[in-house]
Amino acid sequence: MSDYNFAYLDEQTKRMIRRAILKALAIPGYQVPFASREMPMPYGWGTGGVQLTAACLTPDDCLKVIDQGADDTTNAVSIRKFFQRTAGVAVTQATREATLIQTRHRIPETPLTEDQVLVYQVPIPEPLRFLEPRETETRKMHELEEYGLMHVKLYEDIARHGQIATSYAYPVKVEGRYVMDPSPIPKFDNPKLSDCPAIQLFGAGREQRIYALPPYTQVVSLDFDDYPFEASKPDHDCDLCGASDSYLDEVITDDRGGRMFVCSDTDFCAGRVRAGHAGRLAGRNKGAAA
Amino acid sequence: MYVAVKGGERAIDNAHAWLAEERRGDPALPLMSVAQIREQMALAVNRVMAEGSLYDPDLAALAIRQARGDLIEAVFLIRAYRTTLPRIGASRPVDTGAMAVDRRISATFKDLPGGQVLGPTFDYTHRLLDFADQAAIDPAPLAAPDTAPVPHVTAILDRDGLIEPVPHDDTPAPDLTREPLELPACRALRLQALARADEGFTLALAYSTQRGYGRTHAFVGELRIGRVPVEMDVPELGFAIEIGEIELTECETVNQFKGSRTEPAQFTRGYGLVMGQSERKAIAVSLVDRALRWQELGEDFTGAPAQDAEFVLSHCDNIQATGFLEHIKLPHYVDFQAELELVRRLRAEAQEAQP
Repeated sequence: MSDYNFAYLDEQTKRMIRRAILKALAIPGYQVPFASREMPMPYGWGTGGVQLTAACLTPDDCLKVIDQGADDTTNAVSIRKFFQRTAGVAVTQATREATLIQTRHRIPETPLTEDQVLVYQVPIPEPLRFLEPRETETRKMHELEEYGLMHVKLYEDIARHGQIATSYAYPVKVEGRYVMDPSPIPKFDNPKLSDCPAIQLFGAGREQRIYALPPYTQVVSLDFDDYPFEASKPDHDCDLCGASDSYLDEVITDDRGGRMFVCSDTDFCAGRVRAGHAGRLAGRNKGAAA
Repeated sequence: MYVAVKGGERAIDNAHAWLAEERRGDPALPLMSVAQIREQMALAVNRVMAEGSLYDPDLAALAIRQARGDLIEAVFLIRAYRTTLPRIGASRPVDTGAMAVDRRISATFKDLPGGQVLGPTFDYTHRLLDFADQAAIDPAPLAAPDTAPVPHVTAILDRDGLIEPVPHDDTPAPDLTREPLELPACRALRLQALARADEGFTLALAYSTQRGYGRTHAFVGELRIGRVPVEMDVPELGFAIEIGEIELTECETVNQFKGSRTEPAQFTRGYGLVMGQSERKAIAVSLVDRALRWQELGEDFTGAPAQDAEFVLSHCDNIQATGFLEHIKLPHYVDFQAELELVRRLRAEAQEAQP
């Protein structure tokens, strides 16, 4: 791949993206427009995240890519391979070893550190988009801090369902100013957004937006005093490693209602299994999360 | 039993190998050459160049072969290549008035300076499958081209003040591929977006204006297809040099305008310019362009999709659209799990509440 620059993008483009990142870090939660490039993977498949990663990578970095918490889901494999080919950087599946983690839909269970950057892939960066389809309007609403519509939506959820019926991409408020879409992570992950030692960058390629959370930013999930936010997860322990505090995937095991619950974060799960933890079905799944 | 955690990497490799095999088709048949596609599938090549925003027939032909004939996939290959090319500079605006026309028709005047030139058109063919393949027979030699000047029809109307004037504007056009699209967008930017927009989407929008959703009463003042030289200023030389020639399709519509108390009645303009021979697209662009100008011309916004610049510009790019549409094939286990839990909880609560 010697025809392409390090990490695919040319240096001018990287500079443009880095400027947008700096602006985003300076105004936490604000969506910075940037001239998103066509990438060799389709829009909607992580091009925003890939551009952020390309702009941040240095030859000394160690990259981890996850999708749905797992390193081996097809799109994570594809993106990791892309950077192995175009940047030749070291890659890892261990959260602790990575200096840069690109993720889709999850925040790793292992707490992040000040030496790490977490890059999120974002499909629709605008938290108000499904309340107001027009960009010209939503930008105005952010400018004026006019978030009443969002509270009405959450209130209507409670009126209809008795609780806030948003289970992922749950809106947050950043440092008391901007309402932000945390990308489609389950709301279980929302508390990890706040006071995080790592830099968190959000990239939406098709929508041409970058936003960011600098380290230790206060991020509050929207709620009401009488209906406080609750980070929920399946009411089970992991069947492989026994963890009771990690987000779980439900796996259908037969057509008679059989199912098992396993950690969505495969590195976290495998680490626990190696450390001797065992869940309900541990012995019966040889090599499952090896 | 539980195997889904591993195997993504091998699965991808195997899928790619299978794709390569399918792409080649029956190996007993000869591989199509890029030159064959370029010459015999020229309109597909033109569409890929136009929507890929890169004028290179050989690359477009290569992309079509690599994409197994899926033109949007081919456009995508071209875009992803184009984005890596350095931007050396900008050419001078091309002069379509000086075009060496292959085709030039006007639907508003029976005859006019430069004449009506049908050129290589499907228009009056009978759409009967040609089982004997007449194309395989050597075509009769053509007469030598007429090189008389071919002035723009709208310039003729302009001379009499019958059509809105277009003030000369030297403001450099914004570049959609280098700056994020910001709304509201100026006309130059809208036309730029439409020039690379999906042909099907643009066609449907233009058609909707003809059926009353933002009607603009368009006449094809002129449609011309031909080659124009591309010139670039070279600072070291101090003058412009010709760096090549490209084929363009240009459509100018003449649209009804009633006039107002302050302005006498005048025709208005719609404009479409597309790379290659892409006549359907150029006409469609000019209709949509005209519909988008409602505000500037003091017309009513009727809520028609073709009048809504944000709607049109946000959805006209097929690479953006297809990517986002198809991404829902990707795993959504985590979000779906969250929804599953929520639905279960809501159902459990509803059941408990039953007397």
